[in-house]
Formats: sequence, C-alpha cells, structure tokens
Amino acid sequence: MLCQICGKNPATVHFTEIHDNKMSEIHVCERCAEDKGLHASPKKHKFDIADLLAGMVDNMTTTEEERVGRVQCPRCGLLYSGFKETGRLGCSECYTAFQFQLRPLLRRIHGETRHSVKAKRPTRDGEGASRSRQIQRLHDELQRAVEREEFERAAAVRDEIKRLEREGQTARTGGETAS
Amino acid sequence: MSPQHPTTFDELVAAPSRWLSGDGPHADLVLSTRIRLARNLSQVPFTHRAREEQLQGVLLSVSSAAQQAHAFAGALTMRMSELSPVERQVLVERHLVSHELGDATRPRGIVVAPEERVSLMINEEDHLRLQAMTPGFQLAETWGAADSADDELDQSLDFAFSEEIGYLTSCPTNAGTGLRASVLIHLPALVLLDEIQQVLKSIMQVGLNVRGLYGEHSEVMGNLFQISNQTTLGKSERDSIESLERVTRQIIEREERARERMLRDARVQVEDKVWRAYGSLRHARLIAAKEVINLCSAVRLGVALGMPGLPPFHVVNELLVITQPAHLQRFHGGELTPAERNVYRAQLVRERLDTAEHETNERRDQG
Repeated sequence: MLCQICGKNPATVHFTEIHDNKMSEIHVCERCAEDKGLHASPKKHKFDIADLLAGMVDNMTTTEEERVGRVQCPRCGLLYSGFKETGRLGCSECYTAFQFQLRPLLRRIHGETRHSVKAKRPTRDGEGASRSRQIQRLHDELQRAVEREEFERAAAVRDEIKRLEREGQTARTGGETAS
Repeated sequence: MSPQHPTTFDELVAAPSRWLSGDGPHADLVLSTRIRLARNLSQVPFTHRAREEQLQGVLLSVSSAAQQAHAFAGALTMRMSELSPVERQVLVERHLVSHELGDATRPRGIVVAPEERVSLMINEEDHLRLQAMTPGFQLAETWGAADSADDELDQSLDFAFSEEIGYLTSCPTNAGTGLRASVLIHLPALVLLDEIQQVLKSIMQVGLNVRGLYGEHSEVMGNLFQISNQTTLGKSERDSIESLERVTRQIIEREERARERMLRDARVQVEDKVWRAYGSLRHARLIAAKEVINLCSAVRLGVALGMPGLPPFHVVNELLVITQPAHLQRFHGGELTPAERNVYRAQLVRERLDTAEHETNERRDQG
C-alpha cells in the first residue's frame, strides 16, 4: 500500500481514528508521518484536529477562511490560523477569543459544548462549594464501603457527612456567604 | 525513611511498579486501571506557548503544591533535565511519563508518590497531568485517589477553568473534565477465537476508545488492549467512569465465556501453546522484546486458567516492562547493541523465571 499523503513511498505508519463512532484508517509513509507530526499515540490527536478542521472549512470561501484565520487571542497573541496548524490553543483566554470557531469543533469532538453541571469544579469558588464537594465524595465513599460490607467504615463516613452538613447549615444561617 | 519512599531514581526503579503487582479485582484479565486528569494554571500560557522562565515558575509552584499534599507524601520529585535519555525512557516504559515529557529540552518534571500510586507530569502538553494507577480493575478506587490528590493541589494552585467549558486544556479534545480513564485488559481468547474485531467495534460504537498497548502498526501484540473514554465535555467524571466500567464488565464476561469454550473444545492445544511459550521464555538464549510480549501473553493465559507450575501474575507482568530496551540497559549498566540486547534479555528472563520457580517450589514444600 502506498502513502495516502505523498502517494510515492510505501505506507508503514497506520492509524485508526474514531470520531462520532465512525472509524477511519489512515496509512502514510514514515517521512510524511514525521512531516505532519504524526506519531504513535500521545501526539496523534494533533492530526485529528487538523483533520476535523479541514473537514469543517470545506464550504467556507477563501476570504472567509482568511478572515477567521486572523482572529487573534488578545492575551497570548495566538492567531486562529496558528491553532489550525498545531491543534493546540495558546492559553486559557483562547477559549474565549475563539469561542465562535471552537463551539462547532467541540461539538464535533465531544458531541457537547458545555461542561456538565455534575462534573468537578475547582474549590476556589468558596468554602461552601468545597464542602459540598467533600460531602459528595464522602457519599461515594459510603457507597463503596457498603458494597464491600465494611460497615464500621460506612458508619464513620455517614457521621462525617452529617457533621459537614450541620456545619454547612450553621455557616449559611450564620450569614456566611459561599461565593 | 522506609524503603517504600524512594529518594533517588535508582531506588524508584529498583522496586517494581505497584500497578504490575497482579493484585486487585479481575487481575486475571485486567492488568491495571489508570486515571489521568489534565490541568493548567490559569495565569500562564499553555506549555508550548510559554516562555522558559514561565515554565520554570510552573515547575516550582506545582512541585511545591505537591510537597504540601498528603497524596504526595514521601514522593520523589525529578527534573527531566537531571535524567539521562535512558533514565527518561525507563520512566516512559513504566507508564510514568509520556513520550512528550521524555523530551527534556524544556523545563519539565515529574513527581512520583511511593509505589507509583499517583504521579504528576509537569509541563507536558498541559501544565499538569495527574495520574493514579492501580493493579487490577478498580476504577472507583483509582478515581478516588486522583480526585482527592487533585483537590489537594487545587488548594494552592489556580487552575484554568470556565463555567461553560470546564477545565481548559491545551488541546480541545481534553477540555471539560480533562479526564482519561483507562483499563489495560488481556483478551487472548477473544483474539484466538477471532471475535476480537466484533468486540472492538462494539466498544467504539458506545463512544469509547480502544487501542493495542504494544505494536506500532495496526497489529496488536500480546493481546493487550487499552480501553478508555473518548470525550471529556458534557459528561461528569462519574458518568465517563461508569460507562467504562459497564463496558469493561461486559468484555470481561465475553472473554471469560470465550476461555471456557476454548478449554472445552481444545484444552490440549491451549495447554500445549502455554507450555511451549513458557519453555521458550525459560530456555531461549536470544529473544526480542516483541517475542517476550507475545510469549508472556500465552503464559499469562495459562496462569489465569489455573494451570499449575507457572509463575505468578506479577512475574509475568514485570517481564513485560523489564525487557523493554531502556530497562534492559539500565539493569545491564551500559549501552547494548540490538543484538546484545537479545542475548541479555533472554538471560534476564531466564533468571527471573528461575527465581520465580524456586520461590514457588519453596512455598509448595513449606505448605
């Protein structure tokens, strides 16, 4: 089999990519793999993104594409065209700077565009949030302890949950804010 | 300091990784469970866009945050630049470091807790990659370890996060939870009975990712597969982990049924394959890394089927790691040409199996 990029050398590097439940195979020669930054595992998603982006701009005119490419992150200075080349964003601010371009991309990658409300968050938004997360984790631990029939441990965890819940109530009624 | 607390690279490497111990639920099929969380510091550009001194700052603040965390009590902190290329490759072979971090041209580092239960890669693709690893199939426990270590680091570090997208990562494929949960599973019967393609396809259909652990091309060596979640946005960590858990349980069942069928229809052939593999490992004078992986797969199957006289799981698991090129050179204490490696590898394998045989005999004589 010949390389799918240069069509000259034999394809010795093979990738299987899965997106939106569709599997596609890519066969390239070592040189093209090197050129395109294709490596086994950790770096391969670079290619995924370039591939995805290439597919997305198909029906965009050249002028539109150029205009979008010049959108720049005010904080780190990365151009959107730079992101398209590497598949990597420059800083956390890039997510805001490129939000309109990223949204369809995120949808294509994840099938979603918003962080789950049930997912983890940093604790810096206050003691209240930290406490509720701790309670949530203790609930998980309680469940695990019950599954393993470690009832003494389960009782201790339950008491700890009660204590934290009481503490939370006191904090709220005491006028302490959790923002 | 107890021997479980390595203070040097040598001490770390002297002890086998705990994730190879062969303990834990379903250890006959699942070698290890791993949880990885990607995090970045909000005030610093992502690694590939940050300046040298900014990355030095990240290295410093992350390693000092780790020093205050209970999860990293007694941990060993190393800068990649302090290590030789072979030493860095040893860490890659132990699954502590990615290929990317193995490149020491930028300020990168690693923090490894005792027994390699949790570790931190600093200034990889993201500023932090937190990893928890356990032997066997224990997603809830592994997640618990990663989650609480992350909470502790979060006390002193300001992670890049937005309410809309979640944890912000250098590559949008990791944004949201930054979670990659994976199990390393051995599926020899499904491969032998030619049912593996169907199983792999169904894994992909439910939105999980699967790949062979060894083997650079589409070929899979050693019948070892890594199954992991594919997406990180719009799902909670628990949801992602639960779906991996559910699917893995189904695959475990299928593999077990396939093993039963194989034994029923071709017991002698299976036993023959296992013992021939063991014989080769036990007596070969020249052996390539690839061959070790495939032979270990057969022996591992024999151990899982309860065939007496074979070494325990941890010995077979460890062979997979210690016969890799960097570990080999490390044990040998110098560089080896590929041809010399094959000789030394065969010798190392024979010695390990010899020791294991003696230990098994001693236990049998005592018991």
